[in-house]
Amino acid sequence: MDNREVLVDIKNLRTYFYTEDGVVPAVDGVDLRIHQGEVVGLVGESGCGKSVTSLSIMRLIANPPGKIIGGEIFFHGEDLLKKSEEEMRMIRGDKISMIFQEPMTSLNPVYTVGNQISEAITLHQKIDAAEAKKRTIEMLHLVGIPEPERRYSQYPHEMSGGMRQRVMIAMALSSNPELLISDEATTALDVTIQAQILDLMRGLQKKLGMAILIITHNLAVVAEMADVIYIAYAGKIVESATAKEIFKTPRHPYTYGLLQSIPKFTEKRTNEPLPAIEGMVPSPYHMPKGCRFNPRCPFATEKCREEEPELVELSPGHMVRCFHPIES
Amino acid sequence: MAEEIAEVKKKGQKKSSEDYTYLGMVFHRLTRHKLAMAGAAMLVVILVFVFVGPLIWRADPNAQIEGIEGLFNAPSKLHPLGTDDYGRDVLARMFFGGRISLFIGFVSAISSTMIGAIVGLVAGYYGGWADNLLMRFTDAMLSMPTFPLLIALSSVIGKGVGQIILVIVVFGWMTDARLVRGMALSLKEQEYVEAARAIGASANRIMWRHLFPNTLAVLIVSTTIGIGGAIIYEAAISFLGFGVQAPFASWGNMLQNAQQFIWKAPRLIIYPGLAIFMTVLGFNFFGDGLRDAIDPKLKL
Repeated sequence: MDNREVLVDIKNLRTYFYTEDGVVPAVDGVDLRIHQGEVVGLVGESGCGKSVTSLSIMRLIANPPGKIIGGEIFFHGEDLLKKSEEEMRMIRGDKISMIFQEPMTSLNPVYTVGNQISEAITLHQKIDAAEAKKRTIEMLHLVGIPEPERRYSQYPHEMSGGMRQRVMIAMALSSNPELLISDEATTALDVTIQAQILDLMRGLQKKLGMAILIITHNLAVVAEMADVIYIAYAGKIVESATAKEIFKTPRHPYTYGLLQSIPKFTEKRTNEPLPAIEGMVPSPYHMPKGCRFNPRCPFATEKCREEEPELVELSPGHMVRCFHPIES
Repeated sequence: MAEEIAEVKKKGQKKSSEDYTYLGMVFHRLTRHKLAMAGAAMLVVILVFVFVGPLIWRADPNAQIEGIEGLFNAPSKLHPLGTDDYGRDVLARMFFGGRISLFIGFVSAISSTMIGAIVGLVAGYYGGWADNLLMRFTDAMLSMPTFPLLIALSSVIGKGVGQIILVIVVFGWMTDARLVRGMALSLKEQEYVEAARAIGASANRIMWRHLFPNTLAVLIVSTTIGIGGAIIYEAAISFLGFGVQAPFASWGNMLQNAQQFIWKAPRLIIYPGLAIFMTVLGFNFFGDGLRDAIDPKLKL
């Protein structure tokens, strides 16, 4: 897998928000690598910095209050953080696309869906309106929307949530991007539609070969799709490995806790409550000293409360940020 | 069988909203809006009156009848609406005055809305110091006493139709600017704006293609009401003597002129007053219906 060319290489990314109540280190040292054609999952609880990471890649952090204060984001070996706004506009929607959580509000209510997909196409490709329309209908067909010619001239409010998310995917893929960022794209949909959209994304990935960064709080979403999974906690990556390894041999206590809290079909039913991770995500204004997970960690020692662990490679391709990793 | 059912269904159904283009749908909805149609009817009557009327009744609006017997004539065959205090044909003056009033109303309302939209969009979208600068300037303009300034202004720029429009626009764009800024502030937080940025749209594109059309529903209403307001404002300016200058007529200065003779010849007040009333009411009704019709989310 690693012989494929590196597409995105994020090194020590730090994005802070400067609010009236203080500084929020939403992303505080994220390292992440995506190879060409690879599906990467970024998993974590609410507020752990997943979305901010994706918006940082697109350079869409609202400033003020947010600011990328450090790190590098290499895309094809070029640092996106050093690009001008003009150059970034050429990349957004063309090389890197994004789909968002809320399909109900991600489309402009005053334009037809066809019009909006065409806009995304003509922004990056020098083709005339008729050709753009043809391509749009092709895209609608590709994402499995029935009667694309009729749907072309419909308004977003005439479509269901699942349909709109398909439209968003069509829009995102219309310029054949190399990276598709899916920011909780299935969270707002109900479970059956969620499965359809994931199926669609998987199929399109095989067909078109783009890399996908799936951002989710739901481990089940990435379980089947992702090649590599990154677990984020309080603005940092705490563990990363191939999907198989994460599920089979989690090394970080947080990952272990997450997996324990998922009910399993294979286990014998008991009356014990499902294990949960004790405590709450730390307030971003008062990050705990030492390891950020230490107040909730059953294995925390004095060292964890004093020193911050580094990301260490425990076995090939398996990185863990912990002094006391769980034995495999 | 299924095809037959579909066939029957098709025949039985009226045209659904899917069979129309957007403009067709707006038109369709508009025709079903009773108040808008009443407004449109009033406006058609006014427009026909003002533009077709002079082709039928070819009288010089500024020609005066010599002698005392030519003044304040009651309506007759010679002068369908009578004559005024200078012995001029009131019907002809209503035609030409109406043209000027409507022209002033249209041009100044549309220009002040456009300026307001530009200021509001830029302030709302960029926020920060641009917002502060533009909005404090707007506040300053709003807090200016209009009429004393108007008098001072007209002594500098002179009197005439162009000057009136300038004055109405200069003192009229602020409410639209505030309106649009408020909308831009909330609209720019919408996800589709972020989605537009994510496909690589520029700030200008987002402002004009994605934000502006979403403010149109409100702006159209504001403009139509603004046309009525501008016609009334023109009347007020004419009342002060800074409006359209004699001998040229506008509904505003006819009204102003007639108020000296309110007891002697009340019809001289009624004609332009009624015309202004109908025009303003017509625009307000029509604007209200138009707002309902252009909202794509609304199902009528």
